[in-house]
Amino acid sequence: MSSPAKPRMPVESGVPDAFQFMHPLLKKNYGQWKWHERPRPGVLHHMAESGDQVWTIRAGTQRQMDVFTVRKLCDIADKYADGYVRFTIRSNIEFMVGAEAKVAPLIAALAAEGFPVGGTGNSVRMISHTQGWLHCDIPGTDASGVVKALMDELHEEFANERMPNRVGITTSCCEINCGGQGDIAVNIQHTKPPKINHDLVANVCERPAVVARCPVAAIRPAVVNGKPTLEVDEKKCVCCGACFPPCPPMQINDPEHTKIAIWVGGKHSNARSRPMFHKLVVAGLPNNPPRWPEVAAVVKNILRTYQQDAKDWERMGEWIERIGWPRFFELTGLPFTPYHIDNWRGGRASLNASAHIRQSAVNGSAQ
Amino acid sequence: MLDKLEDGPWPSFVSGLKRLASAEDKPYAGMMKGLLGQLERSYETKRGYWKGGTVGVIGYGGGVIPRFSELRGDDGKPEFPEAAEFHTLRIMPAPGMHYSTDSLRKICDVWEKYGSGLIALHGQSGDIMLQGCTSQNVQPCFDEINEMGYDLGGAGPAVRTAMSCVGHARCEQSCYDEIRAHTQIINAFLDDMHRPALPYKFKFKFSGCPNDCMNAIQRSDMAVIGTWRDDIQVDQDEVQKYVAKNGRQSVVDNVVTRCPTRCVSLKDDDTIAIDNRNCVRCMHCINVMTKALSPGKDRGITILLGGKRTLKIGDLFGTVLVPFMKLETDEDFDKLQELGQNIIDFFAENALEHERTGEMIERIGFANFLKAIGLEPDPSMVLHPRANPYVRMDGWDDEAGKWTARHSAKAAE
Repeated sequence: MSSPAKPRMPVESGVPDAFQFMHPLLKKNYGQWKWHERPRPGVLHHMAESGDQVWTIRAGTQRQMDVFTVRKLCDIADKYADGYVRFTIRSNIEFMVGAEAKVAPLIAALAAEGFPVGGTGNSVRMISHTQGWLHCDIPGTDASGVVKALMDELHEEFANERMPNRVGITTSCCEINCGGQGDIAVNIQHTKPPKINHDLVANVCERPAVVARCPVAAIRPAVVNGKPTLEVDEKKCVCCGACFPPCPPMQINDPEHTKIAIWVGGKHSNARSRPMFHKLVVAGLPNNPPRWPEVAAVVKNILRTYQQDAKDWERMGEWIERIGWPRFFELTGLPFTPYHIDNWRGGRASLNASAHIRQSAVNGSAQ
Repeated sequence: MLDKLEDGPWPSFVSGLKRLASAEDKPYAGMMKGLLGQLERSYETKRGYWKGGTVGVIGYGGGVIPRFSELRGDDGKPEFPEAAEFHTLRIMPAPGMHYSTDSLRKICDVWEKYGSGLIALHGQSGDIMLQGCTSQNVQPCFDEINEMGYDLGGAGPAVRTAMSCVGHARCEQSCYDEIRAHTQIINAFLDDMHRPALPYKFKFKFSGCPNDCMNAIQRSDMAVIGTWRDDIQVDQDEVQKYVAKNGRQSVVDNVVTRCPTRCVSLKDDDTIAIDNRNCVRCMHCINVMTKALSPGKDRGITILLGGKRTLKIGDLFGTVLVPFMKLETDEDFDKLQELGQNIIDFFAENALEHERTGEMIERIGFANFLKAIGLEPDPSMVLHPRANPYVRMDGWDDEAGKWTARHSAKAAE
């Protein structure tokens, strides 16, 4: 292609008009909805004030999609759902239809092409995730792979609504936690300080910015082999990896020492309780591609325990608040360690400043 | 190793990558073979091999995520030359992520011409992620996408692409026009999106009700959450039907006792009574009895500020900045935009480099921040008043006088 004489300047059009892409029934009844129900897992039924009804069929996707998959979904939408779709925050695709009779053929078409229908109500939702080895510049693992491996194990729970309440699982390939808060969060946890390539630091890194990035002030300027570089006070270092993005020669990822930790009880909704952050329950799991079986075993243990012990509508974090953390560790059989006790800023607020303890015959016997 | 991720019932991204790599008639087959080679290596060595750089489009300073492969042989040449450049274009979707199949197909067609054929729908930022473009093709690809009516999203220290729930388009719980708010606010800050010059990222998210399906409180600097001031709407016939169908115990266990402020009573005739003055608008009872209950009619928004993920001082929730404001008239929407502008202006001038709004507020103090942007303190902003006396309070009479004056002015309205 030859370069044009004058460069094309962008049309700074911003956010596209949503109504041009909206299913006509949604457009017609915009802001005029009356109620909804869930006739079966994966299907929502909405009633408008006008009497119009819409059935929404939700299906899981792999998020990172090839154009052939996107076109296949378009074919299904053209044939069964009036040529419109939308996506959810968890990379599910939704098809809308105006008659109940159109639901079953659409579900059959999705099943025939291998798209699981579900992810509504009290199901295990599609795992929200990040880029990982596929495209990130700082990943400790591959998000898409962890998610694929886990969803293979959990797809029955995606397709059914038999958890006490919804379960949102997230994964993150570093401690920045782009995957977000989750009822269960599967996150990278580094366990050793960065390995520094002192030959490269001066040329690649803006050193004052890197020093400022460290949350515990463990990085300081240094000279090694006559070259200006940075050094890490390894006693202070919390191995968070915050220095790695602005300074790639401070390699934090390690095939052995980059581990996976599991956190539970995060919740975004304001329903019943205020939003909650997830809390650490397990660390030290190996980063074990391509299927991460150790992670799947812990996740399934936690899910099974929650399913058996929580009451209807209790989210993971609400269930644990009711039964108490000692009971959570007892029921899951997971060890409680000094690492569960928060030493970070504000950590004191998580200590038990009361005599409220669920006493039992075993308390004190292991001291 | 990647082959092992083709088994199992969940749709496989690896199978998708392979479809692209084996599309020999397409320009991207070689690139995707290279991509699979690099990814396979990552699975073997447990290392990532991408580094950033500087790639963009004319007229903008952000929106493209550059990725260059670090896998090089002893001769310094890329091991997978066709995938040595694998940049992402972040494209803003329509609010609510609605698509006609026609528009999705057109995106695919453009992307087949210039890129890898790999699309993430969507990134955690809410963008369409066109993943895998050479430096040379970034500009013509953007030009065609831009001609379709799509624009680049945010990256780097900039206002970012926003997200909004399905809301008014298909949800009876929606308390404001999310599409209008999303569109007006983001379009007002396109300069701060496309020419990154803020201390760090700034995110807006729009959720139509306190269920907060967009995770706005935890994931955005400015969370706009729908709510209402009047009473929950109750259809008592539907309540009675619900009780008849599910039983009284179910209503007691799942609605009455789950109300966080114990506002709901089940009456002897199987209707319910709600103490709306003490309702905190949590949405639980409305979520359970979807046909019988819905938000009140006097609707508006609550605004929270300062949510973010872990870097650098740990995860922060957004906290209440505006307990309630209406969002219906042009003036209301302009007021929301003006508030956003004031906050971004203050952020731009006062935050440290790489500091998010929540961190800035923690550093300078929430009361000081309120004063700086000209908002009055409100008891809904705190869980409880301060519990320690170490503060200089010689301005007490003035501040108490302001509160009294504001409240007598309100009472006189």
